[in-house]
Amino acid sequence: MKRIGFYLKNYKKESVLGPLFKLLEAFFDLMVPLVMASIIDTGIENDDMPYVVKLSLVLVALAVIGLICSVTAQYFSARAAVGFATRLRHDLFGHIQSLSYTEIDTIGTSTLITRMTSDINQVQNGVNMCLRLLLRSPFIVFGAMILAFTIDVKAALVFAVTIPVLVVIVYGIMLITMPMYKNVQTGLDRVLGRTRENLTGVRIIRAFNKEESETESFSGENLALNKSQRLAGRVSGLTNPLTYVVINLATVFLLYTSGVRIDAGGLTQGQLIAMVNYMTQILVELVKLANLIVTLTKAMACFGRIETVLDTRSSMEYVEDSLMQDRSCGAGGALGVDFKHVSLTYAGAGAKSLQDISFTAPKGSVVGVIGGTGSGKTSLVSLIPRFYDATEGSVSIDGIDVKAYPKAVLRDKIGIVPQKSLLFAGTIRDNLLWGNEAATDEELWEALQISQGEEFVQNKLGGLDAQIEQGGKNLSGGQKQRLAIARAMVKKPEILIMDDSASALDFATDAALRHAIQSMADAPTMFIVSQRASSIQFADLILVLEDGACVDMGTHEELLAKSDTYREIYESQFKKPEVDSHA
Amino acid sequence: MRRIDKADKGTLKKVLVRIKKYLPFLAASIIFAALSVVMQLYIPILIGDAVDLCVGIGRVDFIALIPLLWKMAFVTLAAGLAQWFMNLSNNHMTYGVTRDIRDDAFCKLQRLPLSYLDAHKSGDIVSRVVADTDQFADGLLLGFTQLFSGILTIFGTLFFMLLLNPKIALVVVVITPLSLFVAGFIAKKTYNMFKTQSEVRGEQTALIDEMVGGQRVVQAFGYEERAMRRFDEINGRLETCSLRATFFSSLTNPCTRFVNNLVYMAVGIAGAIACIMKVMTVGQLSSFLSYANQYTKPFNEISGVVTELQNALACAARVFEFIEAPAQTEDNKDAFVLDGENVTGDVSIRDVSFSYTPDRRLIEHLNLEVKPGQRVAIVGPTGCGKTTIINLLMRFYDVDGGEIAVSGHPVKTVTRASLRKSYGMVLQDTWLKSGTIRENIAYGKPEAAEEEIIAAAKAAHAHSFIMRMPKGYDTVITEDGGNISHGEKQLLCIARVMLCLPPMLILDEATSSIDTRTEIRIQRAFHKMMKGRTSFIVAHRLSTIREADVILVMKDGHIIEQGNHENLLKQNGFYANLYNSQYS
Repeated sequence: MKRIGFYLKNYKKESVLGPLFKLLEAFFDLMVPLVMASIIDTGIENDDMPYVVKLSLVLVALAVIGLICSVTAQYFSARAAVGFATRLRHDLFGHIQSLSYTEIDTIGTSTLITRMTSDINQVQNGVNMCLRLLLRSPFIVFGAMILAFTIDVKAALVFAVTIPVLVVIVYGIMLITMPMYKNVQTGLDRVLGRTRENLTGVRIIRAFNKEESETESFSGENLALNKSQRLAGRVSGLTNPLTYVVINLATVFLLYTSGVRIDAGGLTQGQLIAMVNYMTQILVELVKLANLIVTLTKAMACFGRIETVLDTRSSMEYVEDSLMQDRSCGAGGALGVDFKHVSLTYAGAGAKSLQDISFTAPKGSVVGVIGGTGSGKTSLVSLIPRFYDATEGSVSIDGIDVKAYPKAVLRDKIGIVPQKSLLFAGTIRDNLLWGNEAATDEELWEALQISQGEEFVQNKLGGLDAQIEQGGKNLSGGQKQRLAIARAMVKKPEILIMDDSASALDFATDAALRHAIQSMADAPTMFIVSQRASSIQFADLILVLEDGACVDMGTHEELLAKSDTYREIYESQFKKPEVDSHA
Repeated sequence: MRRIDKADKGTLKKVLVRIKKYLPFLAASIIFAALSVVMQLYIPILIGDAVDLCVGIGRVDFIALIPLLWKMAFVTLAAGLAQWFMNLSNNHMTYGVTRDIRDDAFCKLQRLPLSYLDAHKSGDIVSRVVADTDQFADGLLLGFTQLFSGILTIFGTLFFMLLLNPKIALVVVVITPLSLFVAGFIAKKTYNMFKTQSEVRGEQTALIDEMVGGQRVVQAFGYEERAMRRFDEINGRLETCSLRATFFSSLTNPCTRFVNNLVYMAVGIAGAIACIMKVMTVGQLSSFLSYANQYTKPFNEISGVVTELQNALACAARVFEFIEAPAQTEDNKDAFVLDGENVTGDVSIRDVSFSYTPDRRLIEHLNLEVKPGQRVAIVGPTGCGKTTIINLLMRFYDVDGGEIAVSGHPVKTVTRASLRKSYGMVLQDTWLKSGTIRENIAYGKPEAAEEEIIAAAKAAHAHSFIMRMPKGYDTVITEDGGNISHGEKQLLCIARVMLCLPPMLILDEATSSIDTRTEIRIQRAFHKMMKGRTSFIVAHRLSTIREADVILVMKDGHIIEQGNHENLLKQNGFYANLYNSQYS
């Protein structure tokens, strides 16, 4: 919560002036019953019409001043709250961008998005309400009590009893219902999960004819939600009636004690009315305060969640940019990528995902990585751009440890085509420019030509300016992959990593793509991750992974001769290849 | 504030129909609301009377005062109770109605045609079933609690004020609309500001969604700074319009309170004059003042409630739209039921045409005769209509022309349940239920014995990895299946089908992401399973394809070549090209 102060610091003036003007307004509000008492006790008692008119004008003046004060307060509060949220949003977004994969994996993308949007909105609302009401309500409650005491101590004693009782009722109910509302939220989450699950699995559910049993189990969750809602509603529905009863019973006492005091001459009729008025004001403010506290607890919870994200430090430290110039210049030419006894254990995982891997890929060579699901192929290539850090051993590019590169320099060298070809809303050009903001159209077409995407982009209405929907929904899997490959090629990377990224391409296109890349003038050092032996069999070096260990490495021919695992993979896909018929 | 329009009325009617079930609670709510309002309004009169009994030194009439105070205490308690009972009725009614709506919506989800579900974003449907109904409940509850008692309070107050002094009541009635006017004016002016704000927010959320969701690509391409620039640009705009919307809308309270204060002042001065002229007592003045203090409150509340209700109705309309979407055609009453006895496994596709959208023809005049036990491989480039065939076989979609028959029965004359039961299906995207591994394997046969489940898991080569999980078969698979790998999920999907062993199989690139060695074992298991079972396989792997009895080579929705591996190679056409490229 320390950060609340930090973000409000930029709005010192606003956060002081907002509540201050609100207090001024409250002060004038508290004066009204006193003026009215004078009207009754002096004006009416003495039939003094001019006095009544004079004090009425005072009332108008109080109303006008109150209006000015509160408008000013609203303005400053709004400014502080909106500014607060804007800065917070900026910082959070920047922070999320700085997190490494490890942290993002742990927190989860959808959670991060909720933090950025609805949580911050709640916080903004909370700050706004807080600046406006947090001081005002207690001020009115205690101000009303104090003024009642100045009118008459004995009659006002009932205030001293009522206020604590009300506080206990309002906050007691709140404390009791809070866990109940948490239950409601859990129930709602279950219903949501169930609905989402049924939508994504609709085909399987229908294939297994499970519609009815799914409906039944939903009905059960729905009933549970309904019960928890009703329970919470039953208790929280007590707040208003209870406070109402307490305040009115207090008024009954007030009337009685005041009656005694008036009889004894310690109090006037007008003063009695003022006291009754104060009682009502207290009721109104307490209800407001209770609502405020609900808003505030929500906002605090949201802020707490945001802080957890802000407190998550990236586990990856990068070298300062200033150190990079001399280093990158001094990089020796043809060393390529080098793995030395590399092991990787993911955060929270029990077993190693990669184990003691060593190999060298000279500049311009092609490395094929093959192996089953979960054998560590993606993990292996993720170490090159430092998406994760090796827990043991070292990875170096051109003789320099990847940890010694500044982030930008490192990422600049490497082009990646991820397993899932993720595209973004915008034109095809916008997407390709991700690789290099300054690329010309000519360069874009060149990249498309290599990625075998030239033809379909040309045929698309608008060509490079054709719109892509979020996630590339309006493209086929193959088209998406071709664009993702082109995007990496626009970067003209020194190292190109294709993580099973040609899976949606047919064999012919896949082959043409490989040829195109290899015949480039400065062919990048290429890492091809694949399940298909055909995609990697021409690599200069093939790594065969099994359970995170590199069981064999060599060229296709060498591996066919010496590696059982490789042969098994190969033959499962090319049963007794009839190469002779179409060599 | 928007006017209630025709569409709202339609929705309102539907809501009312649903409330009918809770009529006793509605009646109770109205009666208790009325009781509580009348009693609450009676209290200021009692206070006024009490004030009049305390005239001055030695002139306090305790004999009258004490019973009066007792009366006030009773009325207070009764009013409180009535209010609580009203709350309880409203609670019961609202949450009941929303529960009914949710059940209906979910029930509908199971009966909607896949064409509807495929065409709508799942997030959108989820938000209708969950968020919209929730918001509807909130609005409805608020509406019930405040709308009726608000209206009653207005009329009740008016009545009591007229009773006390018609002239001063007139002062209140004349000035009060000013407060409404001010509130309405501000609401109208801020409406557009809020609209802009939510538009900019939407824009920002879309960007966040993309950038955070695509974090891997963002980092790989060093797009962070550019993303930040785009974000800040939107964030700056959001700050401006958010400030405007927040500030101007927060003017409502001070302004209406100002008008209220003016009313208070007017009543004070008019009342004081009346008192001086002895047409009114001080106690009555105090009652009047407290009425004047309260009078504008229900007006403001009602305008708030009306907006809330409109919002609730809009939410309800979205849910109803979903509930009322046309369901898939029901099975005929006399529809044929396929079972193990009468499914021979022959499938004939005769002159079938199909397209998802009328302007893009996909499958045209498709013909195929599959004999029992035959293996059909469907190959071709992405988007050529391979998965469409599955949609048609399972009757997820109905054909536009021609017919598909299973064992001689056209599928349209067969119950959907029995048709689907005849197929075992493994899809490319591996969907598992959140629940234990055991539940998932036994999904198609919940009554299966432990041995059967283990046998199925063993046949799918899933048993060994399941045993390595911390809780074995009782391991809970989380919603996103984060605790097991994609390949393992696929093994579970296969085990799920293994347990039921239907007469026909549909495999959609089922083994594409399982590591090759396991795949070999699975293929062996499949071999055994496929023996005597008609199977349709959408495949990329040539080894699988080569063993098929019939290979359908599809391109752009047409079957361009059909035959077995050798024949197709001899034809030296599209398939031969595809095959040879492996050796390029």
